[in-house]
Amino acid sequence: MRSSAHPNRLGILGWVGGGSWGFERYMFALHRVTGLGLLAYFLLHIFVTSARALGPGAWDGAMALVSGPLFTVGEYLVFAAFAFHAVNGVRLALIEHGFVVGRPIEPVYPYATSVGRQRPLAVAVMVLAAAITVWGGVDFLTVR
Amino acid sequence: MRERTLWTLHLGAGGLVLVFLALHMAIMHLDLTGGPFGVAGAKAVDWASVAERAREAFFTVTYVALLGAALYHGLFGFRNILLELNPGAAARRAIDVGLSAIGLLLFLFGAWVTLAAPGAASAVGG
Repeated sequence: MRSSAHPNRLGILGWVGGGSWGFERYMFALHRVTGLGLLAYFLLHIFVTSARALGPGAWDGAMALVSGPLFTVGEYLVFAAFAFHAVNGVRLALIEHGFVVGRPIEPVYPYATSVGRQRPLAVAVMVLAAAITVWGGVDFLTVR
Repeated sequence: MRERTLWTLHLGAGGLVLVFLALHMAIMHLDLTGGPFGVAGAKAVDWASVAERAREAFFTVTYVALLGAALYHGLFGFRNILLELNPGAAARRAIDVGLSAIGLLLFLFGAWVTLAAPGAASAVGG
């Protein structure tokens, strides 16, 4: 969202500069990169799969265009991007709605932040996304 | 208020995409995981399987729902990224109108394909 109070001076460069925000900042960047990749794939997917409205000849032709090992690996990357984006999206929605960040506390020195509370969930998200990606890889790339 | 409503729709659409895209991935790409949903004896992308799914109301409804939810979620997310770059009022207006038009056209096209596919499948006895 645009904010006139805190203008985004870094632009897209801010995605790669985690700075003091740490690990979660890079998850933010990865969430965006995977989201843009999924969107680009999806827009192409709409057109490729539209061949099914024209019958079996058009469909087989379209599938022949997007077959082969290169496309299999590409589709697997889409699967991996979806696995991360979906699980991390659930994490973001939980945090946005106040879950997993702890109760509000008095600002007494040394100041505690909610980052420490969120960290286990961030780690769990990465582990779960990795597990889904590996499982999908076994299924995707070996069972053909 | 308007932005909050749009953001809430973005989250809701994300939830729908999560469920339907996971199902779609399992059916189309994961033979071990999605086997129970597939067509026995044929690959999910073979015309026979595509034609059979095209004739089922469940798939027609979920395809259109996934199409709409994914287009909204994806294009609204893209809009947020663009707006974070602090465009001027005219550019912001162009982004809003342009992405809305793209989303609407793609939804109409994709929905037409989904609704036309059963006819194509029946015409050739797929």
